[in-house]
Amino acid sequence: MLRTEEMLLNVGPQHPSTHGVFRLVLKIDGEIIKEAKPVIGYLHRGTEKLAEDLQYTQIIPYTDRMDYVSAMTNNYVICHAVETMMDIKVPERAEYLRVLAMELGRYCSHMLWWGTFLLDFGATTPLLYAFREREMALNLLNELSGARITFNYMRVGGVKWDAPEGWIEKVKEFVPYAREQLKGYSEFASGNEIFQSRMKGIGKFSKEDALNYSISGPSLRSTGVKWDLRKNEPYSIYDRFDFDIVTQEAGDVWSRYLVRLGEVEQSLRIIEQACEQFPSEGDIMAKVPKIIKPPKGEAFVRIESPRGEIGCYIASEGKKEPYRLKFRRPSFYNLQILPKLLEGESISNLIAILGAVDIILGEVDG
Amino acid sequence: MSGEKDLDQLKKEAAAKAKAAALAKKQAKEQGDSAKEVTDTANEEDLAKKKAAAAAKAKAAALAKKKAQEEAETAPEAQVEEEDQDLAKKKAAAAAKAKAAALAKKKAQEEAESAPEAQAEEEDQDLAKKKAAAAAKAKAAALAKMKAQKAESDSEAQGGEEDQDLAKKKAAAAAKAKAAAAAKAKAAAMAKGAGEETGDDAKAKAAAAAKAKAAAAAKAKAAALAKAGGDAGGDDEKAKAIAAAKAKAKAAAAAKAKAAGGAKAADTPAEESKPSPNQPILDKYVKVIEEHLGKDVLEDFYINKLSKDVPTLLAKPSTYFKIAEFLKYNEQLGFDYLSELHGVDYETYMEVYVHLYSYKNSQSVALKVKLDRDNPEIDSLVSLWAGSNWPECEAYDLLGIKFKNHPNLHRIMLGEEWVGYPLRKDYEPYDVEV
Repeated sequence: MLRTEEMLLNVGPQHPSTHGVFRLVLKIDGEIIKEAKPVIGYLHRGTEKLAEDLQYTQIIPYTDRMDYVSAMTNNYVICHAVETMMDIKVPERAEYLRVLAMELGRYCSHMLWWGTFLLDFGATTPLLYAFREREMALNLLNELSGARITFNYMRVGGVKWDAPEGWIEKVKEFVPYAREQLKGYSEFASGNEIFQSRMKGIGKFSKEDALNYSISGPSLRSTGVKWDLRKNEPYSIYDRFDFDIVTQEAGDVWSRYLVRLGEVEQSLRIIEQACEQFPSEGDIMAKVPKIIKPPKGEAFVRIESPRGEIGCYIASEGKKEPYRLKFRRPSFYNLQILPKLLEGESISNLIAILGAVDIILGEVDG
Repeated sequence: MSGEKDLDQLKKEAAAKAKAAALAKKQAKEQGDSAKEVTDTANEEDLAKKKAAAAAKAKAAALAKKKAQEEAETAPEAQVEEEDQDLAKKKAAAAAKAKAAALAKKKAQEEAESAPEAQAEEEDQDLAKKKAAAAAKAKAAALAKMKAQKAESDSEAQGGEEDQDLAKKKAAAAAKAKAAAAAKAKAAAMAKGAGEETGDDAKAKAAAAAKAKAAAAAKAKAAALAKAGGDAGGDDEKAKAIAAAKAKAKAAAAAKAKAAGGAKAADTPAEESKPSPNQPILDKYVKVIEEHLGKDVLEDFYINKLSKDVPTLLAKPSTYFKIAEFLKYNEQLGFDYLSELHGVDYETYMEVYVHLYSYKNSQSVALKVKLDRDNPEIDSLVSLWAGSNWPECEAYDLLGIKFKNHPNLHRIMLGEEWVGYPLRKDYEPYDVEV
C-alpha cells in the first residue's frame, strides 16, 4: 500500500491566475485537494467607512473601483438607492443612456472574463480577440463618460454627460460587428473538444446549493434557476426590452461558460433595442437638490451586475452623508462556495473552477 | 471647494456680501412701508424675537468677515449651496446665512457674551423688521447656536440626535411651526415688496430657504433648552450640525409645501396614509409567525416605504434565530435565499439587517434585530443559509458583532491583529508607531 502525506500549498496572492490579490491555502494529498482555505482582504480599502464622511455624489467614484471591470452597474446601484429613497423620477433619455452604458459595461466585463478564462487554460489567442472587441466598447464608453474604466458617469437623478453627436450611430454599428465576432468565438473556442472536456463536469453544484450559498448571477443561472433581476424585478427601463434569461441545467464550469456567452448576445440585443428607442431629445438630469439629502430611514436595493446581484444599503439620518453605506458585492458572496467546490478536486482543475466563478477582487474585498 | 480661494479673496467676498446685505436692507426699507406693515402684522407674535434677530444679523455679518479667515472651508461650502439664487436680495440672504453658519460654530464659544451686547446696540434700528426672512434666520441661527453652547456645550445636542426622544420631537414641532409662521410672513412681505418676482420658482425657493433657516435656529434652541441632561459624548460640533441640517430639511420641505399652496400640503398626508401594496403580505407574515411562535416574538413590524415597500420584521435577540428558521422552513413563507446580511452601529445599539428572498413566492422580507452595543452577540444563521458565513465574518470584523455557533468566525478583511472595529462610530485608528 502506498502511503501519501498531506502537504500545504500556497496559491497567491500574487498568482497570475487568481486575477487579483486572492490567496488560497490548499491542503493537498498528491494531486487531490483535501481542503481549501481562501484568504481575502488584501484589497480592502474601507469604502464603506470612507463613504460615511462623503456626500453621495462623492461616493460614486469609489464605486468605480469596487467592481472595476463593470463600473457602470456600480454607479447605477448607488444612484438607484438614493433615487428610491428620495422618490426621484429619472428622465427618459438618461435612463436610456444608463441602460446603454450598463449593457456595454456588461459586454466588456464578459469579454474580459472570456479572454482571461481561456488564457487560464493555456489559450493565448482568445485573449487578444476578446480585448480587441472590448477595447472598441471601451472607446464608446470613453466617448460617453471621458474615462475607460473608472467612468464616474452616473449621478443621482440622471447622468453626467449627454451622448456626443453621432454616438448612438456608432453604437448601432458596433452591435452587428460584435455579434459577428461572437459567432467566431464559438467556432474556434467553444466548439473545441479539448476545452469542452476540460470544463464539463467539474466545479459542479446543484440549484439547492446555489441558493443556500447565496450565489447569484450567471453562476446561479447555470444551475437552471431562471432568475435575472432585470426581468424579475425590473428597474430602470429594462421592462421595455425584449431579451431572454439564459440558463443551463448542469451547474458545472461549462454551463457557466455558456451562460456568460449567451448573456453577451442578450446584452447586444438590449443595446440594439435601446438605440432604436433612444429619444431624440430630452433632459439627462432630473431636478434634484444641489445637496442630496435622502430622508431619514433605510433602503436596500439590488440590481443585476455581470457578476450577479449587486445591492446597496443606505441608512440615512437625513444628512448629506450616509450614516451607513453597505454594498452587497456579488463576487464576495459567490466566492464562498469555492472551498466546497475544490474539495476532492484535482489540483489541475483549480484554476478552471476559480476562473468560472468570475471574481473581481476589488469587489470581494470592498 | 475651499482650496482655490485665498484668504484675501474670501475676505473681500465676505465684505462684498455684507455690503450687499446692507444695501438690500436699505432697499427693502425704501421700497415702501406697506411691506413693512404687512410683515409686522404677520409677525406680531414674535416681534421681540425678530428685533433681536435683526441685530444679531448685523452682528453676524461683521463677525463673519473676521471668521471667514478661520473658517475658509465652511463658508464657501454654504455659499455654493445657495449660489444659484442670483437676485441681489437672495445673495444677501445667502451671505448672511453662510456667515452665520461659519461664525456660529466657533464664535459661539468665544463670543457668547459679546453677542447680546451687540444686539442691544442695534436694537433700536428696527428698520430690518420687515426684511425679516434673510436676516432673522441668520441671526436666529447664530443665537441658537450660542445658546446651545452656553447651556451645555457638549452632549445635549447629540443626545437629541441619537434617540428621537420627546425633546427632539418637541423641537422639531416647534421648528416646523415657526417655519410655517415665518413662511407666511415672508410670503406676504415678498408679495408686497417685490411684486415682480413673486410668481417664479426661484423666489419661492428663497423663501423656503429663509424659512428653513429660521426653523433650524428654532430647533437648535429648543433642543438646547430641552436637553439640559443629554448623554453620550462624541463631538458636539457634529451633533449640532446634524440637528441644524435636519431641522433645515424638515422646515424646507414644510415651507415648500406651504409656498406651493394649501392644496399640496393637503396632499402629502393623504399620500402617506395610502396603504402599501405589500401591506397584505406583511400581514400574512405576521399572522403566520404569531400563530406558530406566539404573540410576542416580534418587537415590531412595518412596511419600509423608502426601500421599495419591503415588509420589515424586527425580531428580539432571543427570538431572532427562531424567526429566521421559521421564515426559511415554513411552507407558506419559504425564504430560501439570503440576499444580504450586515450590521449597523446606531451608537445606542447595534443592528443586524438581513434581507431574505423567497424564490418560491417571489417575495422579499427584511429581518432586523437590535443588539446591546456593549456586548453585541447573536445567533449565527450559517446553519440555515450557508451564504451568511462570510457576511457574518465581515460584520464581526468591521463592527465586532459576535455570531454564536458560527463555524469559523474570523476577521476576514483586516486580519486578527487589527485593533478595534472600524465601522463603529467611535472607532479610533490604532497605530503602534504613532
